Amino acid sequence: MTTYLIQGAAIGAGAPTDLLLRDGVIAETGTGLSAAGAERIDAGGLVALPGFVDLHTHLRQPGREDAETVETGSMAAALGGYTAVCAMANTDPVADTAGVVEQVWRLGQEAGLVDVQPVGAITVGLAGERLAELGAMAESAARVRMFSDDGHCLADPALMRRALEYVKAFGGIIAQHAEEPRLTQGAQMNEGVQSARLGLTGWPAVAEEAIIARDALLAGHVGSRLHVCHVSTAGSVEIIRWAKSKGWQVTAEVTPHHLLLTDELAGGYDPVFKVNPPLRTAEDVGALREGLADGTIDVVATDHAPHTREDKECEWGCARPGMLGLETALGVVAEAMISTGLLDWDGVADRMSTAPARIAGLSGHGRRLETGAPANLVLVDPAAPWTVRADELASISRNTPYAGLRLPARPVATFLRGHATVLDGKGQW
Amino acid sequence: MIRHLLSAADLGRDDALLVLDTAIEMAATASRSVKKLPTLRGRTVVNLFYEDSTRTRISFEAAAKRLSADVINFSAKGSSVSKGESLKDTALTLQAMGADAVVIRHPESGAPYRLAQWLDGVVINAGDGTHEHPTQALLDAYTMRSRLGRIDGLRVTIVGDVLHSRVARSNVLLLDTLGAEVTLVAPPTLLPVGVEAWPATVSYDLDAVLPKSDVVMMLRVQRERMNDSYFPTQREYSRRYGLDVRRLGALPEHAIVMHPGPMNRGMEIAPQVADSPRSTIVEQVSNGVSVRMAVMYLLLGGSGSKENS
Repeated sequence: MTTYLIQGAAIGAGAPTDLLLRDGVIAETGTGLSAAGAERIDAGGLVALPGFVDLHTHLRQPGREDAETVETGSMAAALGGYTAVCAMANTDPVADTAGVVEQVWRLGQEAGLVDVQPVGAITVGLAGERLAELGAMAESAARVRMFSDDGHCLADPALMRRALEYVKAFGGIIAQHAEEPRLTQGAQMNEGVQSARLGLTGWPAVAEEAIIARDALLAGHVGSRLHVCHVSTAGSVEIIRWAKSKGWQVTAEVTPHHLLLTDELAGGYDPVFKVNPPLRTAEDVGALREGLADGTIDVVATDHAPHTREDKECEWGCARPGMLGLETALGVVAEAMISTGLLDWDGVADRMSTAPARIAGLSGHGRRLETGAPANLVLVDPAAPWTVRADELASISRNTPYAGLRLPARPVATFLRGHATVLDGKGQW
Repeated sequence: MIRHLLSAADLGRDDALLVLDTAIEMAATASRSVKKLPTLRGRTVVNLFYEDSTRTRISFEAAAKRLSADVINFSAKGSSVSKGESLKDTALTLQAMGADAVVIRHPESGAPYRLAQWLDGVVINAGDGTHEHPTQALLDAYTMRSRLGRIDGLRVTIVGDVLHSRVARSNVLLLDTLGAEVTLVAPPTLLPVGVEAWPATVSYDLDAVLPKSDVVMMLRVQRERMNDSYFPTQREYSRRYGLDVRRLGALPEHAIVMHPGPMNRGMEIAPQVADSPRSTIVEQVSNGVSVRMAVMYLLLGGSGSKENS
């Protein structure tokens, strides 16, 4: 196994330091380190952060290997600076049994580029009718702790309560896709000035906020852990802030696209901008950034959602919702949070690594970069503007909303337990 | 002149007036013994209809034929990504066939915008989902102008299901461009959230607005709205928002009554009102041909189109 000596990387917002990666761990830190036989990496001007952890990734396998596989999604993740991703359950078949979650987990192990932590479905077939065997998934080799019907809201309040209660037995957490189904029938985009103009059925903010409020109350009532997926509205931020002030165990994520893009992009009817929850207004973007800065929103999670060309090259109303996110997340977060001064690099380390690792229960990830910690880390060039090109992404799919956009920073090297998965911005596979 | 007609907002004031003026000339040809103009001889116009709309299709077909274009009717109803050919493949097919213009009617909002990206020819929106129907707005403006002599300063009241109406969206935009004052009257359930950004006033009270209207345009209420709690019953809708004989009497004497058709007689409009001399409903149909001739003439071959495009 190669030993790496990283020289002169700033640790988050801190001072330049050397890091010696040997036998899967950070063996030494300090200045002026040397090690015989180590491969030296000049990291002057780079920032070292704990490897990113994505709480919300769609890898599409099993079932839609034409859009993404565990392997190609792992490549995209590594290039994005990730060392762990949580694979959502809405595959085909649905990850609602120990068998399916173990299959996904094993595929992740075989790819070996990031730790693929399967998320289990809460209900059988994501149908929202009866609980899946949550305990069996928890006890499986995949050791599932996070459960979600993502893509669908678990709308039945009694079933949501039972799910929240049930997972307490094994330290589980319920991640909710908050979307009141009756208020979003046929919904195509954020309901507001733009939807009125474009004649597209509106997806009102209240449909998200009402479910978050209900679920926060339920989580408080039964003393369980709720995680709110892809928060998209200013009102949701306020409700989560309130729930946290009560001391309830509520955490939340925001996607990179909701931190940067707005519903005005629907104007040309290009479904590359169709996503669920939809892009909102500039006011919402501002509130989400503030919520992420002050910790109301704990995590940036990509909701990486690959779709084939035919699912996007069509009428807006016929297109599948979702966007690629893994390879652009850091650049978008740098644009939305670092360039604006809302977060420093320690803040990014927390929101993209430490906090999501804690929520997902991934103890090997999100650790401080100090001697003895697992060597899961990323080197970021904070001043390397680059232009996103859909054809250059590692994902099988091409549905990035950022094509042609210039982003201010990018990951240049990623290490998973001391193995370089990415060096000089190139995948090592 | 613009390249495609996708939205009524594509037309600036000068372009819109040019269409309306040209439509007057086109209407004049209808009274000649030989109704055809040679303008679009050798050009191919495709009517690509993903929804049944015999009246709109026939109107475009008659317009294209009077300009001597070759017309291909492509009825693709029921086609969608799930069954049959995708819109993109259809676009590529039409492109390969050498379509100079495609007139598209589609149940999905924005479909004409997608189509315009995939072919080189002119795209004319003949109604897309709940978005727009710009030639309807043009023929409505033409009708107002021919009946009332002007559009500037006219007080136009549009009544009904604004939320789902492509006619309302296009009319609001075009009438604003042409200087009319638009008032929208509907139950609050049938107005879109965000309507406050439109260049129009909103009222829930038809009786209060009628005496101050030069034009009242009644929108069709689709059957499916009746079963989805947008309003309690058909009777209550009709009572609160229908144009009956009593309400007709509340209009100023010169005011006209419009409806884009097809009508629900007895629902949004009483039969006596639809058939009254103040109704322009039949004229709207014949004006539709003249206006569509003007649009195709200007976008495809007429004066001013090439050098400015």
